[in-house]
Amino acid sequence: MANGSNYSLDFEKPIKELEKRIEEIRIFAEEKQIDMSEEIQRIEAKAQHLRKEIYRSLTPWQKVQIARHPKRPTFLEYIDLIFTAFVELHGDRLFRDDPALVGGLAYFEEIPVTILGQQKGRDTKENIYRNFGMPHPEGYRKAIRLMKQAEKFGRPVITFVDVAGAFPGKEAEERGQGEAVAKAIMEMAALTVPTIVVVTGEGGSGGALAIGTGDRVLMLEHAYYSVISPEGCASILWKNAAEAPKAAEVLQLTADDLLALKVIDEIIPEPLGGAHTDLERTAAAIKKSLRKNLRELMAIDVKDLLELRYHKFRGIGRYVEE
Amino acid sequence: MLKDLFRPKQKYVTIRQREDDNGITFPEQLEKKELPDGLWIKCNQCNQMIYHKDLEKNLKVCPKCQYHFRIGAWERIEYLVDPGTFHELFANISSCDPLGFPEYQDKLNKFKKATGLNEGVVTGTAQLEGIPLAIGVMDFGFVGGSMGSALGERLVRLFEYAYNEDLPVITFAASGGARMQEGILSLMQMAATCQAVNRLAEKAILFISVLTDPTTGGVFASFASQGDINIAEPGALIGFAGARVIQQTTRQTLPPGFQRSEFLLEHGIIDLIVNRKELRSTLARLLRFHQRRKREIS
Ligand SMILES: [Zn+2]
Repeated sequence: MANGSNYSLDFEKPIKELEKRIEEIRIFAEEKQIDMSEEIQRIEAKAQHLRKEIYRSLTPWQKVQIARHPKRPTFLEYIDLIFTAFVELHGDRLFRDDPALVGGLAYFEEIPVTILGQQKGRDTKENIYRNFGMPHPEGYRKAIRLMKQAEKFGRPVITFVDVAGAFPGKEAEERGQGEAVAKAIMEMAALTVPTIVVVTGEGGSGGALAIGTGDRVLMLEHAYYSVISPEGCASILWKNAAEAPKAAEVLQLTADDLLALKVIDEIIPEPLGGAHTDLERTAAAIKKSLRKNLRELMAIDVKDLLELRYHKFRGIGRYVEE
Repeated sequence: MLKDLFRPKQKYVTIRQREDDNGITFPEQLEKKELPDGLWIKCNQCNQMIYHKDLEKNLKVCPKCQYHFRIGAWERIEYLVDPGTFHELFANISSCDPLGFPEYQDKLNKFKKATGLNEGVVTGTAQLEGIPLAIGVMDFGFVGGSMGSALGERLVRLFEYAYNEDLPVITFAASGGARMQEGILSLMQMAATCQAVNRLAEKAILFISVLTDPTTGGVFASFASQGDINIAEPGALIGFAGARVIQQTTRQTLPPGFQRSEFLLEHGIIDLIVNRKELRSTLARLLRFHQRRKREIS
């Protein structure tokens, strides 16, 4: 696992070099007591221009790298910027509390809501504690419990998806991970309250879908959502995980692809350089989108809401009918 | 027959197998028409030589060790339902290549030709000991029984048909998981099938899910694990994550029998294990339990 502080996106190298140059000039100017601000401004403008150029035409693989950035904001970081009075609720009442999936109560602009999300660690120690944000069955079962609780009290449910994939572990299988994921998908899809999903980072297959069957599925601009990791796909297709960039292309996993495929409903823009460069602005963009969608959903009669949701997920597939 | 073992230079076919990246073995298609009389089949488990007609008479279960050979959708239907009662539905729905995925169309054509199927599930209605039901049988021979849009759609229509017609539903799962070549659209079939299963509850419609070798990934993690009653054939590989991936990721040693039917029964994930030869009578008995309508609560 890369360390957050020195993790760098290789496609940003030209920008990083310019930033290094600016830093050198600054030090030089200070030492020599000369004004080089004009030169610095010139290079800064150049760096900004370059950044815009790069981010305008990111490849799917580059987006995957941004989505996996160790500094990518996590659920807990967003909570205080989007919601108020968060109270975390723990445990599935069956086995244990899974720190890889956080849930609880909060207000979204005066509206009581239940919020849930996978939680990656922000350093190695926390990542071990949170199993790199990959829930065990008890995490999905906690999600089910809190969703049913939300339903009882008529609270909308908002989920934040950021998971590399379902956890491949012995204990997860022993405790029926497949069943837990299926049940979560099923229960969420049938909730009688409005449900919104925000894919903020990695939308890794079944682990993502377990809290992903909402009335609206929103997605950050550089997040990805896929049936299989690009590495996994490359190993199957070309027997070589190093072909992941090519696999990322064919899987159609970017927000633009998924909007076109009607898997998601809306793309939430990220600041230039990705969500991690400006947490506040990213949170504000999410909040804006949530506000609009929540308002719309709360105006829909429950019966219609369930019918719309059923047909939304039922109608995504593409096939031939002769 | 033991004496058969000592016949000199008896010809036999072994079912060749290859493994995919999840450690799931894919047998080469075993088809009746390709086996002329006098051929012998070697059991994958006990190495016993079995005369192919004896094996078929025994529903492709090894008479010596009870090893359950994998069988195709049509064989399953033939073994299970009342003769002449199966009526296929939704056969007009088949896969396209929505993402323009490398080699997918060729793969579909190849599997269609090799199996005579046009999708990895056969759906329809039938009777079992006279009881009408909706039935969906997956075929591992068709792109590893993987669930893409068309397969998901056929199942959803089957569940909806059962809902509308008030019929109990039995599905037989046999799948390596989601169909990678349709990307996210395959993942969404997990949602679509789960929703359709869930609706059956509104009308107290019975759904029995039979898990056969192998049932893994996205099929296990959707409709197939959500039966009112989950049944497995003995020794079937059933699980979510592949054993090899688990070993590579966690370096854990996996116990013998990991992710087999008996392991799932022990861990409380399935209701019962039923030998293929008992399946018909067990299913009939379970269906009869549910023939009386639910009492309305006024
Ligand atoms: Zn045997």
